[in-house]
Amino acid sequence: MSYLAVEDLSISFGGIRAVDDVSFEVEEGEVFAIIGPNGAGKTTLFNLVSGIYFPDGGSVRFAGRDITSLPAHRIAPLGLARTFQNIELFEHATVLQNLLIGRHVHRRSTALSHLLFLPSVRREELEHRRRVEDVIDLLELAHYREQRIANLPYGVRKVVEVGRALCLEPKLLLLDEPTSGLNPEESEDMGFWIEDINRDLGVTVVMVAHDMGLVSRVAGRVLALNEGRVIAEGSPAEVQKNPAVVDAYLGAD
Amino acid sequence: MRFLFKTHYNQDIDHLKHGGDRFWYGLLLVLVVAAPAALGTFYLGELNLVMIYAIAGVGLMLLVGYTGQVSLGHAAFLAIGAYTHSLLLGAGVPFLLSLLAAVLVSALVGAGVGWIALRMTGIYLAIATLAFAMLTEQTISRAEWLTGGFRGLAVPQPSLFGMPLTEGWQRYYLTLALLVVTLLMALNILRSSTGRAMVAIRDSEISAESVGINLAVYKTLAFALSAGITGLAGALFAHRLGYLSPDAFTFLISLQLLLMVVVGGVGSMRGVIYGALFIGFLPQLLAIARDTLPPQIAQAPGLEPGIFGLILVLVILFEPQGIFGRWLKIKSYFQLFPLYRRATHRRQKTYLRTERLR
Repeated sequence: MSYLAVEDLSISFGGIRAVDDVSFEVEEGEVFAIIGPNGAGKTTLFNLVSGIYFPDGGSVRFAGRDITSLPAHRIAPLGLARTFQNIELFEHATVLQNLLIGRHVHRRSTALSHLLFLPSVRREELEHRRRVEDVIDLLELAHYREQRIANLPYGVRKVVEVGRALCLEPKLLLLDEPTSGLNPEESEDMGFWIEDINRDLGVTVVMVAHDMGLVSRVAGRVLALNEGRVIAEGSPAEVQKNPAVVDAYLGAD
Repeated sequence: MRFLFKTHYNQDIDHLKHGGDRFWYGLLLVLVVAAPAALGTFYLGELNLVMIYAIAGVGLMLLVGYTGQVSLGHAAFLAIGAYTHSLLLGAGVPFLLSLLAAVLVSALVGAGVGWIALRMTGIYLAIATLAFAMLTEQTISRAEWLTGGFRGLAVPQPSLFGMPLTEGWQRYYLTLALLVVTLLMALNILRSSTGRAMVAIRDSEISAESVGINLAVYKTLAFALSAGITGLAGALFAHRLGYLSPDAFTFLISLQLLLMVVVGGVGSMRGVIYGALFIGFLPQLLAIARDTLPPQIAQAPGLEPGIFGLILVLVILFEPQGIFGRWLKIKSYFQLFPLYRRATHRRQKTYLRTERLR
């Protein structure tokens, strides 16, 4: 049984089959990339897996558990974290607060004890803070710790979002276009971080990407989508040479 | 400009972050504790009212400023707190117990409203809460067997541990103590995961869900907390009024509470205090203004709500961060002098956001 198993997943919006009978399997510990032209259904697929949308048909299994009909807030505690293509950070909070929010699934105290801020709550807060500082160290965010997201440049926001996802201590990380809008240097850093996250933290990574350079460097296997359907699957080199993929990107002939 | 040298994470958790904080808040505490010795009955009473407003404001700020859920119906929770407290006092329940009951009943009703309003946001939520406030007002006026309707309900004199609280200074200290406790609890919530979940919901619901925050639970919780605190303010307000009738809790009060939060500065607890001072002393300013205005304008009906509305619009247009935001700007002007630029506090561009799903 593979770690993440997507089977015959489908969803329609009106008359459009955004995701059409998509199946794939991700093994524990690998970096899996999903590519495809605009509108191929990559982000929709992520939204289905992470519980933002519910599919019309098919199933999603994660770590041996059926999560098809679980809402997002019940999937996150299982160890599945994600980022968003267009960045969905908590804009009026600081980087530190954003990362602390990422620790939500690890809270142990109740709202009532928060009201009184019992000593146990303080101990828990200190523990959260230590874990958050580990992420800050890893992603070199120390300089921005106290800054509000609204004042940060785009590239840093992108990193903060990955940081917030890491604060969940996920087993599986879904990255939706981690390098879109980044300059070559920032993209390269992001590539290194993805490798670190995968190798050192042992997190399985599934990412949507357009940047074939990044995909070939970090991803073990690639899935290509077009118009909601799977058109190819295999190693980066194989998929890049696949005629259906070339057609999808460049048009037939 | 001062830089803090931090050596322990506790320094980020503590309410008072450095010596300056401790000094100024200490001084403030000494001043408010000493106030009854210096102020006359009238101003002590006004200050008491300001603090009651501030308690209600803390409740509303948690909901509007931190959870991002607008309410135009908080007068209803004020009313529920006031009536519950008065009725229980009348039935012989001890003061503190009755106060607690007022908080719990309001919180329970608030949870109900929050749960019903889960699917609504923005203007629709505002309309729904407004409708709820009207419903409450009507219910109170019709349920004559319980509330006396428009004949009114006399609020029994409060007494604490057998000591009657009739003097102005006694009530002042009571309100002060409750305000301090409320503020501390609200700040405690805000520095723990519950408060962070509320902020998360305010800034991005989809992200909040994706990090495991149950929107339904936390929105309902925010409503309950907010309503409970406002109910406490309502109970104190009842003693201030002395005689309850439904028309003491009109839409104008709801508007006033929202005005307090917005004028004070959305998203800051200090803003609540500024806002409370502002709306506490606004009627006096209006009264003075009335004397100088020509009678055609001064006697015009609806002048007060008109002016409230106007101030709300002007603040949102010109200083969305309210008095607290203005204060931050003035402070950084002096800290950075002579390097301050207007652009320092300009709101930054929001990058393209994921279209709202669902």
